[in-house]
Amino acid sequence: MAAKSKRVPVAKTYKIYIDGKFPRTESGRYFALEDKKGAVIANVCRGSRKDFRNAVVAARKAQPGWAKASAYLRGQILYRIAEMLEGRREQFVAELRAQGVANRAAEKEVDTSIDRLIYFAGWADKYQQIFSAVNPVSSSHFNFSVLEPTGVVSVLAPDDSGLIGLVSNIAPAIVGGNSCVVLASESMPLCAVSFAEVLHASDVPGGVVNILTGFRSELTEQFASHMDVNAVVYCDADKKTAAAIQVAAADNIKRVISRVRIRWPDASAQHPYLIRDTQEVKTTWHPIGV
Amino acid sequence: MAIPENKLAFGDGWQYSPAPESIDHIKVRKKYDLFIGGDFVAPVKGRYFETINPATEERLSRVGLGTELDVDKAVAAARKAYSSWSRMKAAERGKYVYRIARILQERAREFAAIESLDGGKPIRESRDVDIPLAAAHFFYYAGWADKLDYAFPGRTARPLGVAGQIIPWNFPLLMAAWKIAPALACGNTVVLKPAETTPLTAMKLAEVVADAGLPPGVVNIVTGAGDTGAAIVNHPGVDKIAFTGSTAVGRIIQKALAGTNKRYTLELGGKAANIIFADAAIDQAVEGIVNGIFFNQGHVCCAGSRLLVQESVADQVIQKLKDRMDTLIVGDPLDKNTDIGAINSAAQLETIESYLAIGEEEGAELYQSACPVPDRGYWCRPTLFTGVSQSNRVVQEEIFGPVLAIQTFRTFSEALSKANNTRYGLSGGVWTDKGAKIFKITQNVRAGVVWANTFNKFDPTSPFGGYKESGVGREGGLHGLDAYLKLEA
Repeated sequence: MAAKSKRVPVAKTYKIYIDGKFPRTESGRYFALEDKKGAVIANVCRGSRKDFRNAVVAARKAQPGWAKASAYLRGQILYRIAEMLEGRREQFVAELRAQGVANRAAEKEVDTSIDRLIYFAGWADKYQQIFSAVNPVSSSHFNFSVLEPTGVVSVLAPDDSGLIGLVSNIAPAIVGGNSCVVLASESMPLCAVSFAEVLHASDVPGGVVNILTGFRSELTEQFASHMDVNAVVYCDADKKTAAAIQVAAADNIKRVISRVRIRWPDASAQHPYLIRDTQEVKTTWHPIGV
Repeated sequence: MAIPENKLAFGDGWQYSPAPESIDHIKVRKKYDLFIGGDFVAPVKGRYFETINPATEERLSRVGLGTELDVDKAVAAARKAYSSWSRMKAAERGKYVYRIARILQERAREFAAIESLDGGKPIRESRDVDIPLAAAHFFYYAGWADKLDYAFPGRTARPLGVAGQIIPWNFPLLMAAWKIAPALACGNTVVLKPAETTPLTAMKLAEVVADAGLPPGVVNIVTGAGDTGAAIVNHPGVDKIAFTGSTAVGRIIQKALAGTNKRYTLELGGKAANIIFADAAIDQAVEGIVNGIFFNQGHVCCAGSRLLVQESVADQVIQKLKDRMDTLIVGDPLDKNTDIGAINSAAQLETIESYLAIGEEEGAELYQSACPVPDRGYWCRPTLFTGVSQSNRVVQEEIFGPVLAIQTFRTFSEALSKANNTRYGLSGGVWTDKGAKIFKITQNVRAGVVWANTFNKFDPTSPFGGYKESGVGREGGLHGLDAYLKLEA
């Protein structure tokens, strides 16, 4: 008789997300994520500058098509992300707990993240009406100003939360038709990779969101300086790093969006001005007359 | 296709008589001090520089050369004025700004004449565009002062503090208005630096500010060159920088502000494509091309400096354009018949001429009208380049003069990809009779202002500003308020 053996669980390989695919970092490097007791939870990809450049290429390619998707469709896709996240709620709670978040707090963070996606999904076909204008010019012209996405946004997600900070920065960028490349929290990277899987199952076109894991010290400057990125968002840089981001960003007059000291779980951290941050105002003139 | 030869030729038989604008009523002092804390005060180091008339190369006046010490005084005055100005009842603050608008309207002709004398732009433009728009800007933003609670839903708007504002020489008074009017309406105080070649209307505006009875220090004007501007950018007492100028300088400013908490808006360079489809009303389009590139000698950041014309009508459009260029009068800015005035400065003329040489070296074919130009002063005949390719420097770089680069295209997508193949994104133009095509172009050109079947139109209610390397932020309209407010939950 065979001895009764305990089933061996299948551990997950945490990879990065570029162009709708889950490659390992091209660099082949990793860093070990450990729990409080020093046990290895996962070997996380230590993404490289080359990974970032590849991600920007994918984001640039995907952005025009995503921006052309109707506001209704973008809203439904964001809603779909929330649905998929809800369905995998237990997994995200478990990952947060593995990374040191208490059970109740982990549950609350996942719930808030799901609700936040619903919040931004609802804005998809509304922010334009809030922020647009028909301008009463003095000459005989019809003149109106609308918002258009800035383009490719690089996001240095907050380090102090594994999920809510990530979701709160991705949602407003993509609901407005931008594509983005995100560097996950360095200390809590697991949920970011699992969130990429959620995105992948939610009809978000490949390349619209790209998620890297890796070291801030290695990638921050690249996120700020890349000449084909239109805006850079940072959430918890110290003063020196913030200055370095701004200097590097000036090479192509990037929009620099500072979101430091925001308490992402709070209701005050959700508002349509986060969408507007990565939008451009375009004004169009046409004569009236025959 | 042969082009029918139906051009009217008057030869020399029909010359315009001179029609100079009278300048006996204008008052330009021999010397202007800095305007700080409500008074005209001499620069600390006592240095002055000349401002000349670019049409005659004669000195118009001497103006104070502001240094760091003067900027420091101006910022201190602005800071002092800020506490009461920002707390003043908003409706009253607005009334002061309205006063500026009204006095500018009353003195409009004097301002127009001085603008043309100091900057070289045709009186027709300074009289009909620059000065009326400047007054309109003050009038528009004055009314916002007590309505800011309605501008940003869900947010409370508060002023930023002291705004440092650095403006260019192409629309001197108008740019001062674009900067000062919204800043004041939102409750900020300002330190403004006019461009070194065109300080006079700003100093006249200082007189208006004094006449309007604004509290001392609300508006301070410090004249000078790049070092003076740098002193404003780097001054720790400044809360916000608004700059209009080149992308090169904008980049320096953006870097200089890194690590500070200063907010900034940048209105930078451009290389706009003006796209002419075969189904456009060709004669109107030709007028639009002329207005797009030769308005204000081409010293316009949003100038339509790249013409993209559909191949099937290219010969016709270029011929009509050349015919039209031949009728343009280059000369005395004060003459009401003048179409193209003086190039703003010797340095700018040199830049433009260097690009004419570059274009020819790159193999482009140059065409200039044959009109006479005065012996003295800085002049450039209207110029176009044909036979250029996308990578040519005259296609990619901002020349800031009356120089048009012409390319052709066959298909819609070719036009669009050529239009967007630039690091700039300030403006664009499209000419076609098909509405659907207009919307498809205007939605896909990556630029902040798009003119369809028109070009170079401006209005205080209309937001203006660039995508990509053409800048950050908007000026004009409701969206222009944002640059001078912090929005609190």
